[in-house]
Amino acid sequence: MDYSNFLSMSHEISLVVVMALVLLVDLFIGDKNKKICQIAAMGLFLAHTVLCFTYLSDASAVDEAFGGMYVNSEMAVLLKNILNVGTCLVFMFAYNWNTTENEEHSSEFYFLILSTLLGMYLMMSAGNFLMFYIGLETASIPMAALVAFNKNKKESAEAAAKYVLTAAFSSGVMLFGTSMIYASCGTLYFNDVYAMFHGSALQIMAMIFFMAGVGFKLSLVPFHLWTADTYQGAPTAVTSFLSVISKGAAAFAFMCIMCKVFSGSGEATESWKNIMWWIIIFTITVGNIFAVRQTNMKRFMAFSSISQAGYIMLGVIAGTKMGMDALTYYILIYMVTNLAAFGIISSIEDHTGKLNREDYNGFYETNPKLALVMMLAMFSLGGIPPFAGFFSKFFIFMAASNQGEYLLVFLALLNTVISLYYYLLVVKAMFINKSENPIANFQSDNMTRAGLVICTICMICIGLISSIYGYIQMQQCGF
Amino acid sequence: MNILSLFVIIPLIMMAVIFCISGENKKLIRSVMTVGGACLVATSAYLTIQFLQMRAGGESDAFLFTDSVMWYEAFNIHYSVGVDGISVAMLLLSSVIVLTGAIISYAIETKAKEYYLWFLMLSVGVYGFFISVDLFTMFLFYEVALIPMYLLIGLWGSGKKEYSAMKLTLMLMGGSAFLMIGIFGIYYNSVPEGGQLTFNLQEIAANVAMQENHDWEMIFFPLTFIGFGVLGAMFPFHTWSPDGHASAPTAVSMLHAGVLMKLGGYGCFRVAMYLMPHAALELGWIFIILTGISVVYGAFSACVQTDLKYINAYSSVSHCGLVLFALLMMNQTAMTGAILQMVSHGLMTALFFALIGIIYGMTHTRDIREMSGLMKIMPVLCVCYVIAGLASLGLPGLSGFVAEMTIFVGAFQHADTFHRVFVIFGCTSIVITAVYILRVVGKVLFGPLQTGHVAENDKGLRDAVLYEKIAIFTLIACIAAIGLAPLWLSNMIREGIEPIANLFIK
Repeated sequence: MDYSNFLSMSHEISLVVVMALVLLVDLFIGDKNKKICQIAAMGLFLAHTVLCFTYLSDASAVDEAFGGMYVNSEMAVLLKNILNVGTCLVFMFAYNWNTTENEEHSSEFYFLILSTLLGMYLMMSAGNFLMFYIGLETASIPMAALVAFNKNKKESAEAAAKYVLTAAFSSGVMLFGTSMIYASCGTLYFNDVYAMFHGSALQIMAMIFFMAGVGFKLSLVPFHLWTADTYQGAPTAVTSFLSVISKGAAAFAFMCIMCKVFSGSGEATESWKNIMWWIIIFTITVGNIFAVRQTNMKRFMAFSSISQAGYIMLGVIAGTKMGMDALTYYILIYMVTNLAAFGIISSIEDHTGKLNREDYNGFYETNPKLALVMMLAMFSLGGIPPFAGFFSKFFIFMAASNQGEYLLVFLALLNTVISLYYYLLVVKAMFINKSENPIANFQSDNMTRAGLVICTICMICIGLISSIYGYIQMQQCGF
Repeated sequence: MNILSLFVIIPLIMMAVIFCISGENKKLIRSVMTVGGACLVATSAYLTIQFLQMRAGGESDAFLFTDSVMWYEAFNIHYSVGVDGISVAMLLLSSVIVLTGAIISYAIETKAKEYYLWFLMLSVGVYGFFISVDLFTMFLFYEVALIPMYLLIGLWGSGKKEYSAMKLTLMLMGGSAFLMIGIFGIYYNSVPEGGQLTFNLQEIAANVAMQENHDWEMIFFPLTFIGFGVLGAMFPFHTWSPDGHASAPTAVSMLHAGVLMKLGGYGCFRVAMYLMPHAALELGWIFIILTGISVVYGAFSACVQTDLKYINAYSSVSHCGLVLFALLMMNQTAMTGAILQMVSHGLMTALFFALIGIIYGMTHTRDIREMSGLMKIMPVLCVCYVIAGLASLGLPGLSGFVAEMTIFVGAFQHADTFHRVFVIFGCTSIVITAVYILRVVGKVLFGPLQTGHVAENDKGLRDAVLYEKIAIFTLIACIAAIGLAPLWLSNMIREGIEPIANLFIK
């Protein structure tokens, strides 16, 4: 190995530099002026995001580092860039909260989010189960601190406790699975395991434990029980990060491992696809049915995101390059859409403290523009054309039916009708229901508005511009 | 630029213009709508003339004015357009209804700007659906047309509007779930092993004709047919339609019953039957039974309703059932009759809903038990109502007669018992139609004067005003024109039907 191998880790290295600088700035200026710290953190991360796009064109970068521990693919680089953009948007929506309520600890907020992101980078580029585990933990532990960020609120602490306990438990389950893999294969490198994975009983057991562990992170049913409480208790900025960025990274890594490692023999592939089939059905259905009953918007979004994770898993069950393209595309669109919804929710929360769906009654009368963006987001989540969500759903369904999973796709499609019902409930509250005392007209801050404009443009345009999908399709992912 | 793309671009431009106008300036918004609607009518008239000339000049391609732009290369998705005689007829119908609907909507006072924006989005979907020859774009426009209904009914509707809007949207979206799986099935079987998969209707049809194995059709034909059948109000998936129609504002009922339900019939024909003819022949009998029930059940239900809009909604179920019923007869005459019935029903049901909307605006009730003798106060409206009723029950000289005559003559060409029994069964609906039409005419229009709940501060009862007259007379003129001179239209449709009807000759 020579030093040029480090070039393939440019994302990680540049993120570490940004993190260090954020800490240093806070150390020297933090006491005098918090605002400069914030602007510095956001500016640095923005620079990192922009720079990372240029790495993509660097064709000479090698794919492996540290003897195969770290493996990079074009698709992983692309997804890292997408997640960078998502994190930028999260920062924009959190700016208002960071300048008011959370001013004192804003630098910690940035630092913790960035360390989670670093963990996700590593998770996506892992070439070894240990590396994957390290990445996952680096992503989870700061997340627990973030969930507990509202120090004065009991809900926040409760949410964090739930998160820590389930995260620790799922890590344990996953490690146990990993140890069984080591026992049966004698190695933890993905490529070697792939060659030795024949679907013996022990190996299938190991795989199930592994799937359970990742299932917790992705909040797939039946491992979803922590989701609603954690989403509700965490600060809204953290919730949005958790529901989008965290989920996207885990889904990508999950798909890579299922297809690159556990598909050694036809029998093995068959067995995880069978399990996956039921997990998808339950995830989508349970997520949808519970979302119908929620009145708190954050809980509502939690269940909506559970069912969305089910749809993302359709790409995994396809297990093809086409499935991977559709999954990445889905994550991109889900990210902008969900962030737009959270942007609205958090700005309403910041200005009025209201979080219930009934509070949104008559919202269109007082704040027409925000209501329109929220409606757009709901339509896009529900998969209504011509908004982006339609295209991502269509393509991911197409990828699954390409593998003959017609029944699964059909059940998922019927579920979209349920999901449309509760998305329309939000639209109904804002547009149709009358209210005695609606949310008063308020002016959201510039950062939020800019973020919403970006999300809106993305929701309208991504689907219509076919070259975005074409670009994703050109990226290699190693299978 | 292709003339067909204008049908999507003009409404989009209108949307952009109206978006920029302040909501206070209702006059300007209305004139934009009227001018734009007139442009659409002019474009479709011009298209019809061009089309007929090209056909007369010996153009024999199935689709004319074709154009295709690559959209998603990965899946071979194109934005491709093209029309045959059937789509030209549908475009003419849509343009007339959009224009008259826009004029009737002058009565909308609250949030007129938003109302027209959604209204236009609906028409973008409708036009886009009729001009597409690519399954993906067709499906996309189909769904674009569905979702505005939710807000149009939920916000501007009457009665139990929220319930109806939700029911309508969810049932139609459920239908499109069936449809989507059907589309995937068609796409992945669109070529023999190893070829470039395609969404293009013509290419698929050509490939399917050459295929040996038709088993896949047996799965996906029923799914696709049900998917479109939900929008075509096929029994037992019709329950959204009465509630939806009854709660919708006037122009939306017009557009919905007049055009949107035709999307269902057109889709059954253009996608399900055209692309999967073998399955249609094998499994058609199931749907003949279902649509036969729609025809008679819808008519009987209309007889016992007391709400004017419900009566017409059930009558729509019956008439749209007749469209599907005739299509499933699978011979050229009956299918031509089906398309004629679509046009004819579209026009007369729009006329009905327009009249009912105007009357309801004054009497504030649609219950026929609370109204009678309206002929004394509003003679013009009532005479028009009688004309619409006569068209609906198939009086010669009006469009309904032409359509129903062609359907039943064509349908009776089948020599086997099953078809004959069902044709006779379906024919009974003509008599039942007469019952419920004449019941309303006799009860509401004649007899002693009784006027529902006219509020005290109201302007009272009046006859039609100018803009209402323009809209109503336009529709009546179209109905009479088709009734008196149907040949050009039926010939145009027949030419479009021919290649498809030939698929079903054993």
